[in-house]
Amino acid sequence: MDDAVLRAEKLTFEYDTDDGELEVFRDLDITVKRGEVVAVLGHNGCGKSTLAKHFNAILLPTGGKVYVMGMDTASDDLLLDIRRTVGMVFQNPDNQIVAAVVEEDVAFAPENLGVPQAEIVERVDSALETVGMTEYRNHAPHRLSGGQKQRIAIAGVLAMRPECIVLDEPTAMLDPVGRAEVMKTILELNRRDGTTIVLITHHMDEAARCSRVVVMEDGSFIADGTPEEVFTQVELLRGVGLEVPQTVELLYELRKRGFNLPLDALGCDECAAAIAAVMR
Amino acid sequence: MAMLKDITLGQYFPGNTPLHRMDPRMKILLTIAYIVVLFVADGLVSYLAIIAFLCTAIAISHIKPKMILRGMKTLIFIIALTGILNMFYTKGEGKPLLSFWNVAIYKEGIVTAVFMIVRIILLISGTFMLTYTTSPLQLTDGIESLLKPLEKIHVPAHELAMMMSIALRFIPTLIEEADKIMSAQKARGADFESGGLLRRAKALIPLLVPLFISAFRRADELAVAMECRCYHGGEGRTRMRSLKFGTVDLWALLTVAALAAAVILLKVFPLEVFGI
Ligand SMILES: Nc1ncnc2c1ncn2[C@@H]1O[C@H](COP(=O)(O)OP(=O)(O)O)[C@@H](O)[C@H]1O
Ligand SMILES: [Mg+2]
Repeated sequence: MDDAVLRAEKLTFEYDTDDGELEVFRDLDITVKRGEVVAVLGHNGCGKSTLAKHFNAILLPTGGKVYVMGMDTASDDLLLDIRRTVGMVFQNPDNQIVAAVVEEDVAFAPENLGVPQAEIVERVDSALETVGMTEYRNHAPHRLSGGQKQRIAIAGVLAMRPECIVLDEPTAMLDPVGRAEVMKTILELNRRDGTTIVLITHHMDEAARCSRVVVMEDGSFIADGTPEEVFTQVELLRGVGLEVPQTVELLYELRKRGFNLPLDALGCDECAAAIAAVMR
Repeated sequence: MAMLKDITLGQYFPGNTPLHRMDPRMKILLTIAYIVVLFVADGLVSYLAIIAFLCTAIAISHIKPKMILRGMKTLIFIIALTGILNMFYTKGEGKPLLSFWNVAIYKEGIVTAVFMIVRIILLISGTFMLTYTTSPLQLTDGIESLLKPLEKIHVPAHELAMMMSIALRFIPTLIEEADKIMSAQKARGADFESGGLLRRAKALIPLLVPLFISAFRRADELAVAMECRCYHGGEGRTRMRSLKFGTVDLWALLTVAALAAAVILLKVFPLEVFGI
């Protein structure tokens, strides 16, 4: 088997709506390799959430195939194996926490999977430890901050020991502190355990920290590459109504005014260093 | 709005007393037994025995009696009404103690009323002891486990328990949301507090409509999130904390059995004190 964790081949999907079929995408191809951190960008309604839901068989393709670690998502017998392999975290933490006590919520997935009792306790302990919420294990989730709730949701998914985690705008409802907490947790997961991450986001600074960025527009991918490769295509991104990271924007404007600057200094420090070098 | 925050549905006071450690199934069964005993009981001695039992339970649980009284406050109207009705409608044999218009109050009436009030207070305090010392989760686990045998006759035990625990999980979230919507409507000049009953009920519509819409959206999202976490019904499901009967449960069972025996004996061979 190759190292593709997620693979969509000629993926086509249509929603059945009251006024006929609504085609979200046609013949989409994408492969996510083990250990990648992929940011998915695109304006509202372009089909990002619909794509995400194909990665753990919540939605099934109306055409083409989706494979999770080589398993066809359309096969019924593999459903639980597929769902435990690809964990999913959504935007609103309030609507994905099931139990009234933190540790019970984290235990929900392993309980569903029929994991033996002693191992459930072990998984809950390590998941809470990973997201740094161990001391809150007996708290009521509704008393926690948004960032903490979202970390509990991540822990709930981690307890399945997934190969890959797909996060659909997990920071959209959070304040800057919560956003930072969640981003740190996600990147740490990837660094430590090699968990593959697919992060749907509207925040360019978050996308800039990923290893790969793909841009969706009207149901197809118009850019795919490292953050440096993608964010330097400033006109393309602006053309589809997306911002670029502030660092790139600054470098871009300076270049237009004749400064000889690289565009791909995404980090604040790199950007500052590049400008300092030119000024000298 | 203060009113919404005062709802203390299924309130639980965490602790580590023998009562907290009891198996929830035993607690539920014994609470039911206690209620039956309460309705069988007759005569002063029986009631004194039950009161002694309840007070011991409260003392063991470290629950402050104040908490029980506070919970009782919301029910005071029902308690008073039951007492008054019993007082007026019980006819006695002797001369009425008091009579005006066409109402007469007899000694028997007062005795019945007092017993009725004491009985209701004991009933409420007993059930409070159950919810105060058992977390909602344990309570639903206990109910699920007790209903399990009924799955053979198609009682959906797991589904009922899951519904109950999700409802309990979402009560605070929905209350918070109702609060928010109410403040938003008030800021736009809505008035929830004045006017007659009809007017107030009408004023609630702009609160309830968004609340319901949002609750349905939440339910949708929650269902997907549960599926994502491999939920597929109760089949093959294991639990992180399993229920176990222990020695505390045995002692509690013996105590309640002794109380029941005493009350039944007193019913068969009444022991009158002060003629009641
Ligand atoms: N359950 C649904 N039924 C019908 N149409 C839907 C449904 N969910 C999303 N859509 C439509 O599909 C398109 C893509 O939506 P979505 O995947 O949610 O986009 P994104 O997550 O990128 O904002 C939109 O036009 C949206 O209106
Ligand atoms: Mg979306």
